[in-house]
Amino acid sequence: MAEYSALRVISEGLRGNRGWRPAWRKAEPKPRYDVIIVGGGGHGLATAYYLAKNHGIRQVAVVERGPIGLGNVGRNTTIVRSNYLLPENYHFYEWSLKLWEGLSHELNYNVMFSQRGVLNLAHSPEQLDAYAERGNAMRLAGIDADLIGREAVGQLCPGLDLSEEARFPVVGGLIQRRAGTARHDAVAWGYAHAADRLGVDIIENAPVTDFIMEAGEVAGVVTPRGEIRAEKVGVAVAGMTSEVMRLAGIDGLPIESHVLQGFVSEPVKPLVNCVVTYGAGHMYVSQSDKGGLVFGGSLDFYNSYAQRGNLPAVHEMARELLAVFPNAARIKLLRSWGGVMDMSLDGSPIIAPGPLPGLYLNCGWCYGGFKATPASGWCFAHTIAREEPHALSAPFTLTRFAEGRHIDEAGTGAMAGLH
Amino acid sequence: MLIPCPVCGQRDAGEFFYRGDATAARPPLEEEAERPWVEYVYARHNPRGEHLEFWQHAHGCRQLLVVRRNTETHEVFEARLVGPFGEGG
Repeated sequence: MAEYSALRVISEGLRGNRGWRPAWRKAEPKPRYDVIIVGGGGHGLATAYYLAKNHGIRQVAVVERGPIGLGNVGRNTTIVRSNYLLPENYHFYEWSLKLWEGLSHELNYNVMFSQRGVLNLAHSPEQLDAYAERGNAMRLAGIDADLIGREAVGQLCPGLDLSEEARFPVVGGLIQRRAGTARHDAVAWGYAHAADRLGVDIIENAPVTDFIMEAGEVAGVVTPRGEIRAEKVGVAVAGMTSEVMRLAGIDGLPIESHVLQGFVSEPVKPLVNCVVTYGAGHMYVSQSDKGGLVFGGSLDFYNSYAQRGNLPAVHEMARELLAVFPNAARIKLLRSWGGVMDMSLDGSPIIAPGPLPGLYLNCGWCYGGFKATPASGWCFAHTIAREEPHALSAPFTLTRFAEGRHIDEAGTGAMAGLH
Repeated sequence: MLIPCPVCGQRDAGEFFYRGDATAARPPLEEEAERPWVEYVYARHNPRGEHLEFWQHAHGCRQLLVVRRNTETHEVFEARLVGPFGEGG
């Protein structure tokens, strides 16, 4: 019988719920592993899971500076989509979306993946043309995308202001119906649970304070809970990438850390039934199962390691929300939070061996980290196990900046804040 | 967050446009090797803590400033003019 199932809930209910085990063990670090993953966020846990599942490497430790789930995996707006324009991105994110579609079964953990659709609003005919280009690129790659007019937008999401009086009237939109949202905490817990059951040690409250170097090769990490050795060390620490890599003597990565805020309102009755992105600014909103409007938008635009943002961004996002949902004007904001993004200088991620022997790097996720979680883990595990890039992540090298092979989806150049 | 503009005084950060890392020096224009240019454009120290950065007072005096700021606490230590009106300009 699966560890989590309806039958199990009933049978445990009859036996006083005494048979449950913790979703993952509080592992003590062993002196040696085959692979250490630094960073117990979504990407690190997914990497550990796929190392064990796909590659049979079960001597794996995930070291996390705090408890599981308090980093960016719990600080996003839970959107999952693959509606990109550039082939390097849409192939990768589409594989991620396919993994999302089977993730709850794969992990035996309900990640509440809800394919409610992601609707990108267009506010001018030119913007609709740009969405047509993106949608066509996606459809040529076998990814679902539909260009729809204003009337269809209204049928899809009746709460939107579709009047001519809107500041930037909606003319249509691009919808990816297979896209949607997932319960972000459950993704962390699910991967932690599934990796644990395959033998992975998840070591919490163990910030890496140094790397063990032997003859120029990375041979392990130092934590307050002791030295841990391994032949291979993978780093997946998002906004902390520059600081952690500096411990290994690597400086000058093409990464800036910026804070991205998210917000949730008090619960209201169903208003937003898909994910809506505002095209005349930058704001995305969905409604959680509890009823809260979950929304976010742009960075605070200056380098930040603070896991909290400033008020001007709150003000801006609230105004953009009201531009399309004026009926939300009297809804109270319940909470806001900030996550520290690893903004790469072309807006695309890095999954690559190196830059030192024995070291593997996973970073540069910008706004896209949450939806990338399964594919990032899948490709990073492959990169570590086989010591060569996975075909889907092969373009995401660290050397592409020097080689002129940028993957600049937004076309903004080397300004981290603008991607 | 307030930035002490040397021309206008303490002003809200919203009046400024952030132009990023101010520590990288542009190579001389005669430089023909690729590496120094790649590093100038793409290499970031990205510290957690004190950071030197360009802010332009776009909605004020329009001057370009170098600001020393803590990236973790958002504490601003100093702002000075650069360019024609700055030191050595």
